[in-house]
Amino acid sequence: MTSTLELKADKMLKVQFVGDDDVLNHILDREGGPKIKKERAQLLVNTQKIIKKPENELEEDDQEVLKDHNYVEVLGQDVQESLKNGSATDGGNKVYPFQNRKHPEKMAKLASELAKTPRKSVSLNMKNDPKITIDIPQCSKGKILPQLFKESFQELLQIINNDKSEFLSTAPRGLRKRLIVPRSHSDSESEYSASNSEDDEGVAQEYEEDTNEDILSQKIQAQNREVSAPVFRETPSKKMKREKTSHLVEKYFEAHSSSKVLTSDRTLQKLKRAKLDQQTLHNLLSKVSPSFSAELKQLNQQHEQLFHKWMLQLHLGFNIVLYGLGSKRDLLERFRTTMLQDCIHIVINGFFPGISVKSVLNSVTEVLDHVGTFRSVLDQLEWITNKFKEDSSLELFLLIHNLDSQMLRGDKSQQIIGQLSSLRNIYLIASIDHLNAPLMWDHAKQSLYNWLWYETTTYSHYTEETSYENSLLVKQSGSLPLSSLIHVLRSLTPNARGIFRLLIKYQLDNQDNPSYTGLCFQDFYQQCREAFLVNSDLTLRAQLTEFRDHKLIRTKKGTDGVEYLLIPVDNGILTDFLENEEEEL
Amino acid sequence: MYLKPKPLNKLKLRFETYQLIWQQMKSETERLQEELNKNLFDSLVEFLQTSHSGLWKNSKDWSCEIKLREIPTAALVLGVNVTDHDLTLRSLTEVLQNNVTPYVVSLQAKDCPDMKHFLQKLVSQLMDCKVDVQSKEKESVQVIQKNVHYSMDSLSAWYMSVTQKTDPKMPRKKRTSSSQWQSPPVVLILKDMESFTTKVLQDFIIISSQHLHEFPLILIFGIATSPVVIHRLLPHAVSSLLCIELFQSLSCKEHLTTVLDKLLLTTQFPFKLSEKVLQILTNIFLYHDFSIQNFIKGLQLSLLEHFYSQPLSVLCCNLPEAKRRIRFLSANQCENIRRLPSFRRYVEKQSSEKQVALLTSDKFLKEETQSLLENLHVYHKNYFLVLRCLHQFTSSLPKYPLGRQIRELYCMCLEKSIWDSEEYASVLQLLRLLAKDELMAMLQNCFKLFQSSSGKELGNTAKRIEEFLAQFQSLDETKEEEDTSQSQSKGLQKTDLYHLQKSLLEMKELRSTSKRQTKFEVLREQVVSFVDSLVREYLLPPDTQPLHETLYFSSAHTLRQHLNAAPRIALHTALNNPYYYLKNEALRSEEGCIPNVAPDICIAYKLHLECSRLINLVDWSEAFATVVTAAEKMDANSVTSEERNEIIHARFIRAVSELELLGFIKPTKQKTDHVARLTWGGC
Repeated sequence: MTSTLELKADKMLKVQFVGDDDVLNHILDREGGPKIKKERAQLLVNTQKIIKKPENELEEDDQEVLKDHNYVEVLGQDVQESLKNGSATDGGNKVYPFQNRKHPEKMAKLASELAKTPRKSVSLNMKNDPKITIDIPQCSKGKILPQLFKESFQELLQIINNDKSEFLSTAPRGLRKRLIVPRSHSDSESEYSASNSEDDEGVAQEYEEDTNEDILSQKIQAQNREVSAPVFRETPSKKMKREKTSHLVEKYFEAHSSSKVLTSDRTLQKLKRAKLDQQTLHNLLSKVSPSFSAELKQLNQQHEQLFHKWMLQLHLGFNIVLYGLGSKRDLLERFRTTMLQDCIHIVINGFFPGISVKSVLNSVTEVLDHVGTFRSVLDQLEWITNKFKEDSSLELFLLIHNLDSQMLRGDKSQQIIGQLSSLRNIYLIASIDHLNAPLMWDHAKQSLYNWLWYETTTYSHYTEETSYENSLLVKQSGSLPLSSLIHVLRSLTPNARGIFRLLIKYQLDNQDNPSYTGLCFQDFYQQCREAFLVNSDLTLRAQLTEFRDHKLIRTKKGTDGVEYLLIPVDNGILTDFLENEEEEL
Repeated sequence: MYLKPKPLNKLKLRFETYQLIWQQMKSETERLQEELNKNLFDSLVEFLQTSHSGLWKNSKDWSCEIKLREIPTAALVLGVNVTDHDLTLRSLTEVLQNNVTPYVVSLQAKDCPDMKHFLQKLVSQLMDCKVDVQSKEKESVQVIQKNVHYSMDSLSAWYMSVTQKTDPKMPRKKRTSSSQWQSPPVVLILKDMESFTTKVLQDFIIISSQHLHEFPLILIFGIATSPVVIHRLLPHAVSSLLCIELFQSLSCKEHLTTVLDKLLLTTQFPFKLSEKVLQILTNIFLYHDFSIQNFIKGLQLSLLEHFYSQPLSVLCCNLPEAKRRIRFLSANQCENIRRLPSFRRYVEKQSSEKQVALLTSDKFLKEETQSLLENLHVYHKNYFLVLRCLHQFTSSLPKYPLGRQIRELYCMCLEKSIWDSEEYASVLQLLRLLAKDELMAMLQNCFKLFQSSSGKELGNTAKRIEEFLAQFQSLDETKEEEDTSQSQSKGLQKTDLYHLQKSLLEMKELRSTSKRQTKFEVLREQVVSFVDSLVREYLLPPDTQPLHETLYFSSAHTLRQHLNAAPRIALHTALNNPYYYLKNEALRSEEGCIPNVAPDICIAYKLHLECSRLINLVDWSEAFATVVTAAEKMDANSVTSEERNEIIHARFIRAVSELELLGFIKPTKQKTDHVARLTWGGC
């Protein structure tokens, strides 16, 4: 028994799930020595599980526990300190771990679980849920690696169940450690026994393990022999490390190997609730009563206490950048109204789709009472720089909402704004929201900006910020194209309008035809002639050029080499337009 | 002035003290920078002067035209800390303008995507140089010239006209050395040589080498990586046109050591960093950017934070001033002093009458505080001396158990009592194995250290060291005598085999027993225990000292949060564990799960984590609706179901578009009504 146990234990060491944690630690270890490690530990005090994933995460769970334990030990007293900031809770390693290929049904399942969860324990529901029993074999399809992890973990569990003390005496050191920690962590050891009789209401997580364990145990027993065949003895820790990295790589390729993505084919059209337009969306949302308003208010008050500090730091040559979940627009707005009433300040809405560095600079020069234009952005920047250097009494606050927006995130824009902010009397306070926003700045830019980072998580909705975006499910109200259509067509001759109307009608007639590619030029000419709108091929072409310049039509060469004409505007708008026209007539 | 408007004058005082100390520190760092760069700049200036004079000579001597084609070039290896380059190059420009030539132009790669822009920048900057020199009379000319097509010909023509014009007038200011040349050279600094387009560089070098006889150009390449890049960027045909000389700037690590040495390991500035803060700053330096600028920024921030958050930081100034300020402390601030943990610990150790006096009488407290501050000052003085002394001993030991740099040693000493650490024990072990000459060299250095300091407290120590040195010296002589006498006596005796064996055995025994008792070893032991006693007496960690809070900044956490933030993690925490921010019991959950009443975006995020690369919007929205409806039921909402569904859908849309703004998903055309995940697992 002892020898087989050892063998299994070795196996255990070999096929180990590698959390990003380990890899990070591993890397840092190499770079930074013990010092850095300690620092990281500080960060990791509150590691929490992202989500419960019944299979193959089980083991990670245990590792996590081990880590928690160690970290707390390493740095007992720092826990308090690190609690102040959200960024300190998770080490970053768990933020975006590799994905396993997941079953399409997963989300629905999770949803139903979440929905069932009254507030706390999933446990009892889970146990009675027949879905899980079906689900697990399903998931194991085509997932060899995770399966392996799972199995080896199950083995371990079994071993503990069968003969705990004996195992402890023979297991290699690493394993023993892993065993001891979970034990000290869990309140009752009985949860690892195969027949779980105690109903511990509070510990939902552990229940899950139990249920899975129960279900799987028979299956694993059968598979044990198969798995153990290719595994041979290999204990040294160096080997382990190599294993870890190679597993990570495999996981990456696993996540990216399949070109096919398993998702259901349902579309929104079948669901009657299709796209809403901005206005109805807004109306609907206004009916939602905000939750947690007291907590949100408290959060905001905490941030507001920083206003004086921000002012001070801005004046001392730092610039301030705000990050964290939630719109920071209101916060900055309050900062502006409370602190900046008597100062010259410019507010720039970075999320506005038409914004550019040029407009940022323009507003600055406008404030400085400059008349005339500049040949280039760099010239303008130079002018501003000189202006500020000449007049040291000049002070300017620059508030930029969403410095990381689509329009401003370009390298050149950032360079210019950075140069602007590095001027002594320009004080920049900006907010960023995008996940990868800090990647905009290299060392050179960061030193230009001279940032001080402040975390201001507000949980406010990004109402303004998202209203401009062509959001996924929001239908474009189309008010903009319609008015522009009308404007353009008003400036044309009646004949030209007639030509265009013809095209619209034809397109609307064919709107149900999926293979409609446009109106062929010859046919169009024929129709126009019949309606006495043009008298020659050339006049029509001249008209079309005009349309094309206004982007009212698009031409496409068909397979037969014939030109096809198409209006690249939504059919709904076209209908509106026709109605509009008829009313006027 | 923007501090919280509580007791205004006190805050103002704090702010002014901050300003004062920061100004001092800043000017000190600038001075250091200048000093450190001095060598480099001197050699560069010399190079420029010689190369130019050579040029001038050659230009008369038309025969060696081939040599004339070579542009004198200085390759300046600056290191990877790109952020610091600007400062170095700026001061270099200044130095050159003062000493060599008014025509110094520096170009950056991003301004010169092609030859046209390159020349344009060059010309416009040159013109500016000249305008500076020649008042602004020629501004009109300059405007006209802006529209001229730039070429090397026009440049050299311009150069000729300028030098000829200026010579008779001699309007140049403050250039005594350069006026001896009829035509000062034009120095072109390429700030970031690596990022220039190869073609631009090559073309420019080829062209300007043709014009060298009329346009005396000197190039300076700023190189961040290694000098090899020159040859990688330029083919042999081009690089053969350059006459390259290599200059190496001071490594940033040495720079850091000097900065630390002059700013922190000194009593000149009262402000000190605690171990954690120092660790964070050095780690940012070593593992992120190698930038001195950033290090100094961190220092500035910690100084600011210290003065902002610690009310007693008014006492963080030089000793006489602090003593004066103590006299004017308000009752409130006296209370603050009493509340300091270190002070409380101190009080507890006093006799009971004194305790009462300290806790009740402000006057007595102030007197005591003055003496404590003075003690603190003396403590620091001794501390740094002994620290340096210890560093002398440890810095050259094998494997560097206490670190090679003094900053590592300093960190360890700040953290805890160093003599309790294993490393220290091993240092003592190693010291006991040192050879005499090594030991003497170390002692010599320490002696110099102690002598240079004017402190009386450790004057005794210097004497002790001197004695040790003298003893070692005398040991030398006596030992030699002994050796010779022994060998003489032994050598003369004639013995048989038996006696020889016997005497050899005796000698062996003698040696083994007397091994401990060699005079040198005894002395060495004494030296080691002397060092040990010094360390134990003077290198107490600062948190044992009363009132250390007034001088030490210890909030490492704030510093890291503001300098080295982790936005992604904050985002993740907010989405994953809303209870962390919103302390509502309803949000408290077992690890891994989130309650269904959590903010919409959290739920949507949670659900999307379950998907692989693509997410079906319908599935997602249904899952979302399931969760949210479950939550609503408990709230007993009485809206009709159709409208409620509408609202939930709207909420889902909002959550999804927010996730899109945050960069977790993006719309995709791969499949209808799908979005792509952008975090791991998605592309």
